[in-house]
Amino acid sequence: MRFWNTYVLAHSIEEALDILSHAPGSALPVAGGTDLLLEIQQGEHEPVHTLVDITHIPELKRLEETEDHLFIGAAVPVSRVAESPLVRHHATAVAEACSQIGGPQVRNSATLGGNVAHALPAADGMIALLALDARAEVASLEGRRLEPMENLFKGPGQTALDLRREILVGFHVPLRRLHQASAFGRVMRPQGVALPILNTAVWVERHGEVIGDIRVAIGPSGPVPRRASAVEAVLRGQPCDQETFAAARRAIRESIRFRSSPLRASAEYRYHLSGVLLEEVVIKAWQRTLEPSVVEAV
Amino acid sequence: MSERLHLWVNGQEVDLPVVPGEMLSDLLRYRLGLTGTKIGCNEMECGACTVLVDGEPILSCSFPAVRAQDKHVLTIEGLSKATEEAMKPSTEGSLHPLQEAFIKYGALQCGFCTPGQIMTSYALLLRNPEPSDEDIKTALKDTLCRCGAYPAILQAIKAAAKAMRTGGPVESPVIPPASKPGKYVGNVHPRPDAVAKVTGHAKYTDDLHFEGMLHARVKRAMVPSAIVTRIDVSKARALPGVVAVLTAEDIPGEHNHGLVIYDWPILVGVGERVRYVGDALAIVAAETREIATQALDLIEVDFELLPVVSDPVQAAQPDAPKIHPNGNLLKHIKVRKGDVEQGFADADVILEHTFYTPMHDHAFLEPECSIARPTPDGRMEVYVGSQIPYADRQQIARALGWPETRVHVIGQLMGGGFGGKEDIAGQIHAALLAHATGRPVKLLYDRHESLIAHPKRHATQIRVKVGAKLDGRLTAVETELYGDTGAYASLGEKVMTRATTHSSGPYEVPHVKADCYAMYTNNPPAGAFRGFGVMQSAFAIESMMDMLAERLGIDPVELRRKNALRVGSVTNTGQVLRQSVGLLECIEKVEAEMRRLGGPNPFEPKTVPGAPHLRRAWGFAVAYKNTGLGGGAPDKAGAEVELRRDGTFQVRTSSAELGQGLPTVLQLIAAEELNQSPRRIEVLLMDTDLTPDGGPTTASRQTFVTGNAVRYAARALKELLTSELSERYDVPPEQVRFVEGLAQINGHALTLQQVAEEMLASGRPPVTSYTYWAPTTRPLGEGGDMHFAFSFAAQAAEVEVNTLTGEVKVLRMIIANDVGYAINPLGLRGQVEGGAIMGIGHTLTENFILKDGQVVTDRLARYRTPSIVHTPEIISFIVEHPVAEGPYGAKGVGEIVLIPTPPAITNAIYNAVGVRVDRLPVDQEMICKALNNC
Ligand SMILES: Cc1cc2nc3c(=O)[nH]c(=O)nc-3n(C[C@H](O)[C@H](O)[C@H](O)COP(=O)(O)OP(=O)(O)OC[C@H]3O[C@@H](n4cnc5c(N)ncnc54)[C@H](O)[C@@H]3O)c2cc1C
Ligand code: FES
Ligand code: FES
Repeated sequence: MRFWNTYVLAHSIEEALDILSHAPGSALPVAGGTDLLLEIQQGEHEPVHTLVDITHIPELKRLEETEDHLFIGAAVPVSRVAESPLVRHHATAVAEACSQIGGPQVRNSATLGGNVAHALPAADGMIALLALDARAEVASLEGRRLEPMENLFKGPGQTALDLRREILVGFHVPLRRLHQASAFGRVMRPQGVALPILNTAVWVERHGEVIGDIRVAIGPSGPVPRRASAVEAVLRGQPCDQETFAAARRAIRESIRFRSSPLRASAEYRYHLSGVLLEEVVIKAWQRTLEPSVVEAV
Repeated sequence: MSERLHLWVNGQEVDLPVVPGEMLSDLLRYRLGLTGTKIGCNEMECGACTVLVDGEPILSCSFPAVRAQDKHVLTIEGLSKATEEAMKPSTEGSLHPLQEAFIKYGALQCGFCTPGQIMTSYALLLRNPEPSDEDIKTALKDTLCRCGAYPAILQAIKAAAKAMRTGGPVESPVIPPASKPGKYVGNVHPRPDAVAKVTGHAKYTDDLHFEGMLHARVKRAMVPSAIVTRIDVSKARALPGVVAVLTAEDIPGEHNHGLVIYDWPILVGVGERVRYVGDALAIVAAETREIATQALDLIEVDFELLPVVSDPVQAAQPDAPKIHPNGNLLKHIKVRKGDVEQGFADADVILEHTFYTPMHDHAFLEPECSIARPTPDGRMEVYVGSQIPYADRQQIARALGWPETRVHVIGQLMGGGFGGKEDIAGQIHAALLAHATGRPVKLLYDRHESLIAHPKRHATQIRVKVGAKLDGRLTAVETELYGDTGAYASLGEKVMTRATTHSSGPYEVPHVKADCYAMYTNNPPAGAFRGFGVMQSAFAIESMMDMLAERLGIDPVELRRKNALRVGSVTNTGQVLRQSVGLLECIEKVEAEMRRLGGPNPFEPKTVPGAPHLRRAWGFAVAYKNTGLGGGAPDKAGAEVELRRDGTFQVRTSSAELGQGLPTVLQLIAAEELNQSPRRIEVLLMDTDLTPDGGPTTASRQTFVTGNAVRYAARALKELLTSELSERYDVPPEQVRFVEGLAQINGHALTLQQVAEEMLASGRPPVTSYTYWAPTTRPLGEGGDMHFAFSFAAQAAEVEVNTLTGEVKVLRMIIANDVGYAINPLGLRGQVEGGAIMGIGHTLTENFILKDGQVVTDRLARYRTPSIVHTPEIISFIVEHPVAEGPYGAKGVGEIVLIPTPPAITNAIYNAVGVRVDRLPVDQEMICKALNNC
């Protein structure tokens, strides 16, 4: 069968949900298609009867600062996310993560909504959103709601959303305050699949010379993405120094169960890298906490 | 949604019905005929399909056409008319500065990636008129060039950007000519096909369309080892739109093909043996590719599965299952010189180590495509990009049961070959289907199929034992190789012979013993691949030379210099080198530059200031590689040169252009001999009706063998014209001269048109042909000249190793190649840089992975070739030790350029962090574990 039978460019959320819920055969939302269309083309995903393209819905393409949060529309191409001064300021980790997804052509299509809804345990944008404590705005036939990121995942590659009746509208990221900052880093392998063997995003709030508050997300660290709370606990309230990082490395070993994947990395390598990467990313964020809290000129 | 698709393409409004499932690339290529947009992978990996949608570059292969609704699409065809503002037309017909710069800088070879490169670069320049190297690398990160033209691409973009900013012309690159340039040879000249390639007008096989053409697909076994017990094609035949489904019993002629041994079934029939996953069981021709694909799923096949032999050492076990009736040994290859036991007895130091190299895929950017077309006069035309058109003709004819002359192979532009387009791919299948249906049939592989089906580089295990005196002189080298030749012979014996004869390196060693076992397995067949076995053995011996240097406390360069082949040396096959051995000069050139850049101790690790976990060092390696078939094989090429009625010349030979630049070489040679500018000379290649047999394009032989054929044919033509004119005008031949477009006879001038007319009128057509026979060689084991020439090289690589993660980067490379004579300096630079980049890929990114005969790396996303971000700064020296028989002294370059790269890099890694990589590709995890005990 063809990759799809009907391809609809939806212009509003209501229209998209309406078509998704009423389409005769299978139906799915599609944004950049860099996951979904690729999988269909490769025969790794069944062809879909109706694809509802959500990239023409104005609300999903918004990228703006409101009173208490930054809104990143689910269908904003990640190239725009990466370059946005607003995102670079308030959600530096998200901008850094998005700037590393694929190449420029892929980034012009790929979206954060797709990155999250694809639900892989090490998607770069998703890991950054997790550390920033973003909440996802979900539109369903019943109305709108905000969900913590953790609630969006059911298993590897399985979203908890019902894509026949729900779509992601965008992400609400808390605004950055003085002495707060975030950072993202990853390690790739030059051979094999395009996904990182490890990525890490960190948000930190500085209290004088100690880490007042911190959030850490490490991928892939389990079937569904989640924060590394045991690692956060060890870092919280501590100075940003070698002793703290040694404790964090122990906490990683004790609390995270890395897997060996034959073509990408062994668990031991991931444990080692994870300590290295965590230190690098925490220090990067820590240094940024001293930056002035204004958005750089557009 | 509207049922119509409305958009602007290159400024023109398009309004067409919507086709479900259509990607933008399909719309452009197949409905609008804009075939400049190329498909290299159809999986968002290669960037070849890049076009601009509303000014932003996107991958059209996975971009639904309907998404471009009401948008502006810009393709390569529209660029020459476009200006900075994406859509505004400007000076009609002139090239865009980017296109001009790509031509001038030689930023294209096969040209298949070129439209994508130019469109991606154009999008970059729209936003950033003055990009830095870093900006360019970021923008072109995922736009792959398998020919490795990245350094030239980078320079071309900067030159174009400057021209666009200043409004001035595109500055020319600085490329030194040959040491003794002629009037044309030895000077920088653009490729004759460059304009077509940068404008998207160059046609590759998949760009052709014929009336009534059917689309073919191949049902492959997808199990590595089995007996076929049942094939039922009835459901597939019944599918509407399917025109033919053929199985083994439908083959009218011979059932097997092969380049040396006919051991490869065209289709595996019921009761017959499947030997690898890519074995073909049935072929389908249908009205559309989609229907043909659907039909494959309707073909029912049952197998009796057999045990799988998955590596050559296992294959050599006495109790291993037999893959072919005669067992699993394709060939035991032996090299003997002196008495190796004596050599080890003479040694002060003996070292032994085993090295491993994996299979590699050529990953030419253009997947295989053939079109077969029956003609009304009962012949079969086959359009294909093939490295050996005459072998294709012979093999197709055999399968059809026809005389060879009934088949006409018409070679097309090739989007890269590297050895991977020597074996016959879809040609026979397409011809069988065209024969059965009476209609033209196109068989295009997708990337997945290409990765599974065509022959690879031999995975090789190499044990090396060396003996040396304390002063570094080698006393003995013993090697034992196991080569994985996969399911069928292909060129396996020849490849592994080269691996074996080169396995003691470019050194004079008194006592040598080498044994190679080329083994059949149930892996994809292994055959020709740039370097032809020598890449593998060079990795082993050059790693060993550094290990030996360390053990002896001798500088690695000094150790090599001490043992290097030179004029008068005797090789391990007993050949006395009488001329053209530029190895020492290559070593000197690279060493001097390396010490200039890296200080007196370039091999000592240095820490990057401010980043104590980053460690850098240089590494060094050398290599040699034969030019030509050698080993007693008759090596000849035919060429014709004709003066045409319009006063231009045509050079004809069947030799193949894969992107390496043969047309430029032949054009320059003919220009030089005829004293006419290259623009008056057209080169026609790869047509079995129109061009004489140039032999296979392999073994770095074409510049030498076909180059000579053209040279002598051109000379003969000049003599013919001279004698004709001297007779006619009754002047001594010395008074007949040729200048641009004219013949001068004793003060009186005739245009070349007139000359052609007169000769044709008098029934003496102005055309000559020449068959050049390369100097005879002798088979391995008989001593004497096994090869008529060797190329030599030295390389140094500077790497940076991250001691915390094990990650490796190549920062700089210094390269010297002894090529005899640089006929085509621009093309040569492309070969040198592209070879080094492929070598970097083989070392760092490429690993063709199999598990029990199943291909794991069956997508480009899993088999990763180097991108522009892996491209180091490359400093290249050309060394010219001419070989007397070669055209102007030239010998081969195509392969030597990549051979020393892997060991240069792994030696540098050892020097930086003390970890010896003995298995390719470099595994950063292994390095990290060795450094951090984790
Ligand atoms: C060459 C290449 C390199 C890549 N490199 C990286 C990388 O380095 N790091 C990385 O993290 N990823 C990478 N990716 C993966 C991919 O680009 C990202 O996951 C991308 O962000 C997915 O977004 P999309 O808009 O293309 O999603 P789509 O493919 O359109 O959709 C993905 C899934 O999400 C659903 N979906 C999309 N939008 C919504 C929505 N608004 N609401 C509900 N469901 C939705 C779809 O139904 C589908 O199931 C790469 C991909 C390619 C092809
Ligand atoms: S063909 Fe589109 S990315 Fe390769
Ligand atoms: S020129 Fe780039 S792939 Fe051949």
